[in-house]
Amino acid sequence: MSVHTLRIDEKDVSARAGQTILEAASENGISIPTLCHLEGLSNVGACRLCLVEVAVVGGGTRLAAACVTAAAEEMVIQTDTDRLREYRKMIVELLFAERNHVCSVCVANNHCELQEMAVSQGVDHVRYDYLEPRCDVDLSHPRFGLDHNRCILCTRCVRACDEVEGAHTWDVSGRGTLSRVVTDLNAPWGASETCTSCGKCVMACPTGALFHQSSTVSEMIHERTRLSFLVDAREKKQWHA
Amino acid sequence: MARLRLATVWLGGCSGCHMSFLDLDEFLMDLADRVDVVYSPVVDAKEYPEGVDLVLVEGAVANEDNLAMIRRVRERTRILVSFGDCAVTGNVTALRNPIGGSDGVLRRSFVEQTDRDPQIPFAPGVLPVLLDRVTPVHSVVSVDLYLPGCPPPAPRIRAVLEQLLDGRPARLAGREIKFG
Amino acid sequence: MEKNELVSLVEAERASRRPVQVRVCTASACLASRSREVAGRLRSAAGRAGMVDRVDVREVGCLRLCSAGPLVKVEPEGVLYERVGVEQADSIVGAIGGGRAEARIGDPSGPFFARQLPMVLENSGVVEPERIESYLAAGGYGQLDRVLRELTPEEVVEAITRSGLRGRGGAGYPSGLKWATVAKMPPGRKFVICNADEGDPGAFMDRSVLESDPQRVLEGMAIAGYAVGAEQGYVYLRGEHPLTIHRLRLAIDQARRLGVLGSGIFDSRFNFRIDLRIGAGAYVCGEETALMASIEGRRGTPQPRPPYPAQSGLWGSPTLINNVETLANIPAILREGAERFARIGTASSKGTKVFALAGNVCRSGLVEVPMGTSLRTIVEEIGGGAPEGRSIKAVQTGGPSGGCIPASQLDTPVDYESLKALGSIMGSGGMIVMDDRADMVDVARYFMEFCRDESCGKCIPCRAGTVQLHRMLVRIRDGQATRDELHRLERLCEMVKHASLCGLGQAAPSPVLSTLRFFREEYESRLTGG
Repeated sequence: MSVHTLRIDEKDVSARAGQTILEAASENGISIPTLCHLEGLSNVGACRLCLVEVAVVGGGTRLAAACVTAAAEEMVIQTDTDRLREYRKMIVELLFAERNHVCSVCVANNHCELQEMAVSQGVDHVRYDYLEPRCDVDLSHPRFGLDHNRCILCTRCVRACDEVEGAHTWDVSGRGTLSRVVTDLNAPWGASETCTSCGKCVMACPTGALFHQSSTVSEMIHERTRLSFLVDAREKKQWHA
Repeated sequence: MARLRLATVWLGGCSGCHMSFLDLDEFLMDLADRVDVVYSPVVDAKEYPEGVDLVLVEGAVANEDNLAMIRRVRERTRILVSFGDCAVTGNVTALRNPIGGSDGVLRRSFVEQTDRDPQIPFAPGVLPVLLDRVTPVHSVVSVDLYLPGCPPPAPRIRAVLEQLLDGRPARLAGREIKFG
Repeated sequence: MEKNELVSLVEAERASRRPVQVRVCTASACLASRSREVAGRLRSAAGRAGMVDRVDVREVGCLRLCSAGPLVKVEPEGVLYERVGVEQADSIVGAIGGGRAEARIGDPSGPFFARQLPMVLENSGVVEPERIESYLAAGGYGQLDRVLRELTPEEVVEAITRSGLRGRGGAGYPSGLKWATVAKMPPGRKFVICNADEGDPGAFMDRSVLESDPQRVLEGMAIAGYAVGAEQGYVYLRGEHPLTIHRLRLAIDQARRLGVLGSGIFDSRFNFRIDLRIGAGAYVCGEETALMASIEGRRGTPQPRPPYPAQSGLWGSPTLINNVETLANIPAILREGAERFARIGTASSKGTKVFALAGNVCRSGLVEVPMGTSLRTIVEEIGGGAPEGRSIKAVQTGGPSGGCIPASQLDTPVDYESLKALGSIMGSGGMIVMDDRADMVDVARYFMEFCRDESCGKCIPCRAGTVQLHRMLVRIRDGQATRDELHRLERLCEMVKHASLCGLGQAAPSPVLSTLRFFREEYESRLTGG
C-alpha cells in the first residue's frame, strides 16, 4: 500500500493512499473542527468548518474541505490560521442566525455539537440578523421527535438512514435556507412507511433537532459513536462466529 | 482610586441573571468595598444616572420602555456588558418572534390560548407597548463585552468583574463563553 | 436509412426550393409576438397572389434582432422586415420582385449585423429547426459523416485541441483537454452530456441555438461521442423552456428515424443515442455535479470535486459535459479546420462568442462576435447604445456569477482573461446594459436575491450567507446601514466566495464585489452615522 508524506501545521505526517486530510490529521493528533462529518457515514463536505489552507505551487494557498480532500504527497497544510478561524466563526454565527437555536431550553443543551462549536470557535454573540423562521415540530412518531427549529441541515440523519440502516426514510426538500429534512415524501414521520424506528438518525443528530420524546431540557444525550461501532462491526464481520 | 460606578439593568428577561449575580455570595462584600451601585433592581434608584462606569444589562429589548432605557444606558455608560443569553441572543424572550409582530403575539397569548374572557390587555401609560420583534442588545446599541449563559454562572460573572475592577480589558475565553 | 437514401432526400429538399424564400423567425421572442400567425398569413397571401410556385414561406430560427421582432427576411432579395404585423402580409408578398411593402424595413447590412460573425449561428434564421431535411440540405451531418469515415477518435480530439476551443459555459476550460481526459479513460461505459440548463437572468443564447438549429448540437454531441468513446448522450434542459424541449424532441426523433443517430451511424460501427432529461428549473443544476445527480434521479446538489466528471461522472462513468454553444462549435471547427478556427479571436480565446444582448440598449438580441471584440463595439455599435440619448453606466456580464463593468472600461476586449481581470466573467453570454439611471446597489441586491433563492442549501456559506448578504444590501440601499455593516458585508462576501462548496456560492458575491470596486460611492453615500 502506498503512503504519502505531507506536512500539517508544521508537522510531518504520513497518510495511506486514499486517506483524507481529516483522517491523516486526526491520526496524528491534529484536530480539525467538523460538524456534518460523522464517523461511520460518508462525507459530504457541506458544513465547511473543516476547511484548511493548502499551499499552492507558486505561492498562496487554496481552501479545501479536509473531510473530502485526499491527502497527497508533499501537501503543505495549515489547519488553524487567522483566516480559517474567522471563517469558521462566521459559519457558526450563520447557523445560529438561521433557525431558532435557544440553548437554554433545548433538549440537547450541554450535549450539542453546535453549542460546543460556538465555544471552540469563540462565538460569544451573533453579528448577523436572526432570521427567526417559523418552523414545525413533528411529534407524530411514537418514540422520536423532530424540531426543525434546531436543525442545521447537516444531513447526518439522511446518510445514517440511507447508508447504515438502508431505509432512506430521510431526505431534504426545498432549497436554500428554506430546505427542510423530510421523512418519506414529506409525510409526517409517524406515518412513514419506510421508517424502521431504528433510531440511528436520532443517534447521529448533532443538535436537538432529533430527540427521544419525553426528554426535556438537557436530557437528550445522543449516542453518536454508536454508528461507527455498527459500521465497523459490520465491515469487519465482528459478529460472525 | 475613585470607586467604580456600577449599574445593573433588567430589560426583557426573567431576572435569573440577577439571581446568579446574587450568587456571587461573599464576593458581593468585596464588590461593595470597591464599587458604588448607582442603579439596579436591588437598590432604590428611580433614574438611571449620568457617568456610569460599568453596567450589566440583563434581558433582551422587548418593548418600548426597554428600547428607551437601553439607549439612555448606552449614552450614560462607559462599559456596557450584555449580561446573559437574553441580552446576548434574545434567548427565551425572543421565542415569540417567529409567531409574528406584537399583535399576533398578544392575540396568541390572550385570545387564542385563553378559555375565559379573552381580551388583549390595553393600558396606555401603565403597560409598555411591545415591540414587533425582540432583539438582542447589540442590535440596538453598541456592546463592549458579551457575557453569555442562561444564566451566566456566578464564577463567570466574577471573572468579568474582577478583570474590569482591576482596570484590565475584560476578555472571556474557552468555556466561559458558552450559550445556554 | 442507407446513405444513398439520405443523399436523395437532400436532393429532393434542394429541388423543392422555390426561387423566393420568405423566412419568418419562430424563435421564442418572435413567436411570442405572434410570428407563427404572420407566417400563416404570408402563406395565404402568397396563395391569393398566385405565387405559390415562386414563394416559399419557411419558419426559421432566430433572426437575431429580437427587439425588432417579429422579423421576416425575404431571400435572395435580402430584405428584412421588422415588427411585422399580420395585416402586413399581403403588402410584403406584393413587394416581392420589386416594389415597396407597407412595413418597417430593417437594415441587414447595418452595424447590428455587419459587426457580427455568425458561426455558431450560421444556420440560425436560415434552416428550419423543425425539419431535419433543412439542416441536411445546409450540409448538416456532413462532418459527422466525414469524421466517421476519415478520422480516428484521437484525430478528432487532436483537432479540437488545436482549435483552442474553450468551454462556452463560463469557466473557459480548454475543450480539447476535457475531451482528451475522457477519451483516455479506460474503455467502457462513457457519457456525453450537453448542458443546456441555461438559467442566468437575461441569458437566452443556448436556448436560441437549440430553438434555431437543434440538429447542429446533436451533431456536435455525436462527434464528441465518437471522439471520447461514448455511445449515450443526454441533453439536460429546463422544463420552463417548452419550445426548446419540443424542438429538441422532434430533432432527436427525426435524426433517429433517418439513422444519423442510433446504431451503425453512416454505415460505420459507431452507435450513438441521445435522450433528453428535463430539469425542474433549479439554477444549481447547471453546475455539472448537481446536473448529473439530477439526471441520476437524485436531488440536484453539487458534490465536491475531485473526482471530476471526466474521471467519474454519471453513474460513476467517465463523462464529457459540455455547454450547448461549445458543442455547436464542433461541426464548424471540423469543417473549417482547426487552424482557421484558431485564427479567429485572441491569443488565449479562440473563435467567436454568442451573447444575449439586453437591457438599456437600442437594439437587443442575439449577437455573435469574434473573441476580442470590445464591449464598446457590442454595446454601442451593434446595440446602438442606450435609448433616449441616455448614457451607458455599466455592462453586466456573466449573470449572477459575473460582475458589472463600468462604462470607463468599455474598450475591454471580450475574452476570458480580460473580463476576469475586471472582476467579472465571460459567463455563458448574458450581457445586460444599464444606463445612467441604474442603481448599482440595487443591481447587486437583485443578483443576491437570485442566488439566495437558487442556493441549493447544501453548504452553509452559500445557504445562510446569501440570505444575510441580501438583507445587508437591502439595508444599505434603503439608507439604514452603518459603515460597520458595510464592513461586515465585505467580510461575509469574502467568506462566501472562498468557503462555498460549488461555483454558485463561490461566485454569488461577485456582483457585490464588482459594484463595490467600481461604484463604491453609491454604497458609501447611503451609510448612516449610527
